[in-house]
Amino acid sequence: MNVSREEIIHMANLADLNLSEEEIQKYTKDMEDILAFANEINKVNTDNLDESITANERYNILRKDEVKEFEDKDALLQNAPSQKNGMFHIPKMI
Amino acid sequence: MELYELTVHELNEKLEKKEITSIDIIENYLKRIEEKEKDVQAFVTIGEKLIEKAKQNPKAIPIGIKDNICTKEMKTTCSSKMLENFVSPYNATVIEKIENSLILGKLNMDEFAMGASTEYSAFHKTYNPWNINKVPGGSSGGSAAAVAANMVPWALGSDTGGSIRQPASFCGVVGLKPTYGLVSRYGLVAFASSLDQIGPITKDVTDCALLLNYIAGYDPKDSTSVKTDKKDYTKALSNNIKGLKIGLPKEYYGEGINPEVKEAILRVAKQYEQMGAIIEECSISANNNALATYYIIACAEASSNLGRFDGIRYGYQAKKYNSIKELYRKTKKEGFGPEAKRRIILGTYVLSSGYYDAYYKKAQKVRTLVKQEFKKLFTKYDVLLTPTSPTVAFDIGTRSKNPLEMYLADICTVSVNIAGLPAISIPCNLDKTGMPIGFQLIGNHFTEELLLKTAYAYEQEEKFREKHKPEFKK
Amino acid sequence: MAKEDYEVVMGLEIHAELSTKTKIFCSCPTDFGGEPNTHCCPVCMAMPGTLPVLNEKVVEYAVKAGIAMNCDIAENSKNDRKNYFYPDLPKSYQISQFDMPLCKNGYIEIETKDGKKKIGITRIHFEEDAGKLNHDEYGGGSFVDLNRAGVPLIEIVSEPDIRGAEEADIYLKKVKSILEYIEVSDCKMQEGSLRADVNVSVRKKGDNKLGTRTEMKNMNSFRAIQNAVAYEVKRQIDILESGGKVEQETLRWDELQGETISMRDKEDAQDYRYFPEPDLALIHISKEYVEEIKRNMPELPESRKNRYISYYNLPEYDANILTSTKYFSNLFEGALEVCNNPKAVSNWIMSDIIGILNEKEINADKIPFTAKDLGELICLIDKGTISTSIAKKVLLEMFDTSEKPNKIIEKNGWVQISDEGAIIEVVNKILAANPQSISDYKAGKDRALGFLIGQAMKETKGKANPGMLNKMFLEELNKQ
Repeated sequence: MNVSREEIIHMANLADLNLSEEEIQKYTKDMEDILAFANEINKVNTDNLDESITANERYNILRKDEVKEFEDKDALLQNAPSQKNGMFHIPKMI
Repeated sequence: MELYELTVHELNEKLEKKEITSIDIIENYLKRIEEKEKDVQAFVTIGEKLIEKAKQNPKAIPIGIKDNICTKEMKTTCSSKMLENFVSPYNATVIEKIENSLILGKLNMDEFAMGASTEYSAFHKTYNPWNINKVPGGSSGGSAAAVAANMVPWALGSDTGGSIRQPASFCGVVGLKPTYGLVSRYGLVAFASSLDQIGPITKDVTDCALLLNYIAGYDPKDSTSVKTDKKDYTKALSNNIKGLKIGLPKEYYGEGINPEVKEAILRVAKQYEQMGAIIEECSISANNNALATYYIIACAEASSNLGRFDGIRYGYQAKKYNSIKELYRKTKKEGFGPEAKRRIILGTYVLSSGYYDAYYKKAQKVRTLVKQEFKKLFTKYDVLLTPTSPTVAFDIGTRSKNPLEMYLADICTVSVNIAGLPAISIPCNLDKTGMPIGFQLIGNHFTEELLLKTAYAYEQEEKFREKHKPEFKK
Repeated sequence: MAKEDYEVVMGLEIHAELSTKTKIFCSCPTDFGGEPNTHCCPVCMAMPGTLPVLNEKVVEYAVKAGIAMNCDIAENSKNDRKNYFYPDLPKSYQISQFDMPLCKNGYIEIETKDGKKKIGITRIHFEEDAGKLNHDEYGGGSFVDLNRAGVPLIEIVSEPDIRGAEEADIYLKKVKSILEYIEVSDCKMQEGSLRADVNVSVRKKGDNKLGTRTEMKNMNSFRAIQNAVAYEVKRQIDILESGGKVEQETLRWDELQGETISMRDKEDAQDYRYFPEPDLALIHISKEYVEEIKRNMPELPESRKNRYISYYNLPEYDANILTSTKYFSNLFEGALEVCNNPKAVSNWIMSDIIGILNEKEINADKIPFTAKDLGELICLIDKGTISTSIAKKVLLEMFDTSEKPNKIIEKNGWVQISDEGAIIEVVNKILAANPQSISDYKAGKDRALGFLIGQAMKETKGKANPGMLNKMFLEELNKQ
């Protein structure tokens, strides 16, 4: 399997993940090995087979439309690295 | 005999007879942890004020929890820098269900359950109680090592591709991966949603049934959990397995399986035969592609599941950033370890346009094939007998550099997750170097009772726990 | 070539928030507003380990919308993850529907200036809304509020059947009206519960091939759509006329500057990596379920309109206006329950009520009195208790105070004078004061009668029964 360093950079961008130069090189090599191995599945005959969509194919698992408030609202914000007035603080978006 | 050497059902008997209280148990375990934790390093967090808690609940049994199961009273770190200080605002459903329990501590694991040796914990490695130069397996390595070292009487782990069974096998304890949907996943920090299950890691099969009694059952908070009748799994335990049909799928005994391991498992088959079971070789050819299928699906789901760790609402946040992109990208670069990043990249790759059909979609078709082949096998056999792992516990540092080699450690366990089946690992012997060998019994969906019974019958015959004890070899 | 030689081709993707009590995947309330991050729980905040559970009303409402828009309802449907990073999307993926939407292949009919026209509905699917970002409120940064995260939406995707901003406007109003009729969305554009992504392309008239389209995201007012489309059409024609090529891209409409701005992410083309949501079960819709919903469907505007024409003998023009929103239609039908005078009720809604709404700049859903009140008001006219001119004053007060018409009339002493003795007294008084008008009348100038009645009305502050006045003036004049 040929994996280019540009592809690894593209994947990291899609995942919004920064990689160091060293990591780019390492993962390019790793992906070549892993994908070569993973590619074996393309030799399997899967004609007439549907994809598995979920693990255990259950249908219509639905919830009633009834309000149940989560009580411990403070706990929802307790882990925020940066918050103000009950909101999560992020860099300016506009 | 020390209390920490007893199983939970033995402790329960003593509690019932009022020979001991929870305080005695806790004190005894804290003493043991004091002695052994420095060698084994199974814990991420050890509980506080445990004796006071035991005073309020004199029949409580201590438990260890893998650190990817959310608890309000202690941090839930997933052994990642990303969640180093994270305290969940809610308890996982399994935590609500193990009433009458005292959480002794949260147990080490491979970061976000990605690994087979617990070497990928961001905090520290965990060491195998049988030989501390060896890995305890993973990703629930802390759970298995803590049970084996008698630092907790039992523990909860999670299993996505073998993460309960393989460390149980490496550490000479019992580990059960339940049928997908039997135990609620609500509160289990997701690695691969369609494969993850929580399950017990225990000293013996009876404890395994007992802990499953607590955690099994439908949860309206988990759409994939299944409505089942409430069962007492301990009632299924008996020695009588006459006429039981056991299949030995030959793909599990081929190349790559250590000869000593193979020999040990074939001896188990013989023992079952002597106990009245019918043993037959069989085949599941799709198993040859299960590992590739597993890594494609697991990483695809993981790449999506790990996206939420963006440094905004919880978890690690990069120190310096000038834009939202920079906040995301630096937080993930600094917060995730190398294996998590590797799987995010692989998962993103197999889902990205241009590769989706060849990898993700194809893997989901092979998944259907694996399910079908198992289904066919279970029309002929009651259970399947295989090794849990191709080798015994390997030396620390020998595989962590080569990801593909590490992935091969899962070769005997992943197809069970792909098909959503239950499977249990039970110790059967030691190899020449004194490391435990485990075997795996695989059952059809929701046949945990049969699996436990089959495992129990063997346990009564072999009495591994009475013969062998971890020696903390250095 | 001139602008007239081009044809505008548009498609709309309308997002409507569903009016369920709780969010799509958790039991938090969907109420608009509230202190930031208070309509939240671990699930909609995407805390590690949490899982979604689908709200049954979301499926029901989406199927209802599909039926109302003549769609095929899928027997099998599923949810998919759409992966992208934005701080208002806490899971880093939106749970939506990709290749198996709940509803497909529908249409709705609109009235254009050239007559009736069908607009195709490609699909309707359900998904979750994102949270909200607040900017600058406290200086130095943006702030994430997740109250709206997880509010259910349906997305209604039209075929590129819409020709120009005017049709788009009619189409959007029609969709809004249908969603209001079937009570699945309150469609409050100012609260963002109805928004549209607008696709626009142009091509030379007679061309079969579609031109390259641009997409304008999150338009939430009719006026913005009009202005944005007008701008974008001109921009595209100008590019083509000067020999350039329109680039396919996503735009943002800047209302203040009056221009569209490119939103393109330069680094990478968007790749959402859709895949089936492993945390949710599949959806199976049985024929019985669809039939059940059909049986309980509120009557749609099209059917109401036909009924108004055939049963109440209203002109098509009236019927169109009355059914343009469920609020007028319900007002009409509610008033008829009290007062069996369809034409009068229709006239009151079409002229007086719509006039007042326009003048006060309020929407039809904010009418402060009940349909029954309106019916009673019209009954009072029919019974002769008040005159039409008094009734207009009563209606204004009903708008201001929400009081019952009877109470307003009583309070103001507006009951019509229908007592013969009292009326004759007024008639004689007016005749005595206006001898010239008597002579004019005798000389055949009929206008004089109108003048005399007007004077009598003035004298009684509009309370005299106009019919009786007319009759008695004639009698008295003929005696003289």
